[in-house]
Amino acid sequence: MSTQQQEPETQEAPKDPDMKGAQSPQDRRLAEKESGAIDEESEKQAELEGETVHIKVFRYDPEVEGKQEPRFDDFHVPFEKGMTVLDAVMYARDEYDSSLTFRHSCRQAVCGSDAFFVNGKQRLGCKTQISDLEQPVRIEPLPHQEVVKDLVVDMSHFYDQMHAVEPYFQDEDTPDVNDLEEQRQSPENREKIKMSSRCIWCGACMSSCNIAAGDNKYLGPAAINKAYKFAMDDRESEEIKEHRLRILEQEHGVWRCQTQFSCTEVCPKDIPLTEHIQELKREAVKKNLKFW
Amino acid sequence: MSQSYNRGLIEDFGRWKEFKAGMWAWIFHKFTGWMLIGYLFTHIAVLSTSIGAASGDPAMIQAETDVYTTTLQGLEDLFIIRVLEVGLLAVAVFHILNGLRLLMVDLGIGLEAQDKSFYASLILTGVITVASVPTFLSGVGI
Repeated sequence: MSTQQQEPETQEAPKDPDMKGAQSPQDRRLAEKESGAIDEESEKQAELEGETVHIKVFRYDPEVEGKQEPRFDDFHVPFEKGMTVLDAVMYARDEYDSSLTFRHSCRQAVCGSDAFFVNGKQRLGCKTQISDLEQPVRIEPLPHQEVVKDLVVDMSHFYDQMHAVEPYFQDEDTPDVNDLEEQRQSPENREKIKMSSRCIWCGACMSSCNIAAGDNKYLGPAAINKAYKFAMDDRESEEIKEHRLRILEQEHGVWRCQTQFSCTEVCPKDIPLTEHIQELKREAVKKNLKFW
Repeated sequence: MSQSYNRGLIEDFGRWKEFKAGMWAWIFHKFTGWMLIGYLFTHIAVLSTSIGAASGDPAMIQAETDVYTTTLQGLEDLFIIRVLEVGLLAVAVFHILNGLRLLMVDLGIGLEAQDKSFYASLILTGVITVASVPTFLSGVGI
C-alpha cells in the first residue's frame, strides 16, 4: 500500500466559550469536563474509548481464497469531527487492513472516483459526512456494475457509454484570425449548460438507474447529460446538433428514460439530469415534427 | 480482468426499501396500468357474454329475467364485487392523477416538485376513494 494517509488534523476545541455550543458530543464532553460535571473515572474511560464509528464494508477478492465469497467486514474507526465516509475507509485501510481496496484521489468531490453505495444510496465517499449517517454505516460498491475487488467496480461500460455520445466540441468553422481567435459563447448560453458541465463521471447516476440496470445498451443519465452539454451549446452548428440528436433519439437513447428521478436524486453535483433528458426528448420530437 | 462478481437480481430486489418517491410513482403507475388492462378485458368478457345471451326482449327486461340484466344484478349483489369496484376506482384515479403528473414532467414543468406531486396524487386518490365508499357499498350485505 503506497498511498500513505496524511495524519488527519485534529479539530481543536474552540477557545472562545461562546462558541462552545453542543455541536458535537466531543465539545459537550469538553464543556462538561471544564465544569466538573463528570467525575474523573468516567472521564478517563471516555478518553480511552473515544467515539468510534461502526462501518461495515463489502469485501470480495477473486484472487484470495477466503474472500471469493463476498462478505461484510466490520471496522470501528475513531470518529473525528468532519469525518467523511472516505476518511473512515481510509483509516480502516491504513490502520486495520491494508488489503481493503477502493478508488480515491482528490478527496474533494472533483475527481469522481469514490462513488460508493452508502446506507442504500449512491454517494460520493469524500462528500458524505459520517455524522449525517445512521450507524452502522454500510459501505458497498456501486450496484449494477461488476465488482472487481472490494469497493472497486468495473467502470468500462460506463466510460463506453460516455464516449458513445461524442463528448467533445465539434465545429468546422474556426474563428476568424483577425477577430479574437475565440469561440465566444453568450453568458445566457453558458448559464444554460452550466449545470450539465459539472459532471465528474463518478457513475452514481448510472448505478441508481434501474432502466440502465436492465438495458445494457441504454446510454444512461451521465452520457445523455454529456450530450446535452454539447447539443445545447450555441457555438456548434445546427447540423452537428442534428447529428447529436440522431444519436440520442435511437432506441436506447433518451426514450428509455422513464422519469424515475433516481439519477437526479443521487447526483453528488446536483445536476438536474432528468430535466436535461426531458429537454432532449422535446428537442428530438421538435426536430421530427413537421406540420407542413 | 480475470474475474469479477455480479451481485445479481436478488440483491436488487432486496433494496425495495431504498426506493425514493419517483421510483415508487413509477412502480405504482406500472402496476395500476396493468390492473386497468386486466379490468378492461374482464369487462369486455363479462359484457360480451351476457349481451350475446341476452334476448333484448322488452317483456323479459320488464320481468327482469333478461340475461344481461340478471348477470349485472347478480354481480352487484356480491359484496366482493362492490369492494373490487372501490379498488378499481382507486387504481383508475391514481393512474389518471399520476398520468397528469407525468404529463407535467414531460413538458418540463415543476420537475423539482416531482416528489410532492406524487404524494399529492396519492393523498387525493385516498380521499376520493374513501369518499366513494358510501356510494359503492350502499344496499349490499356481506
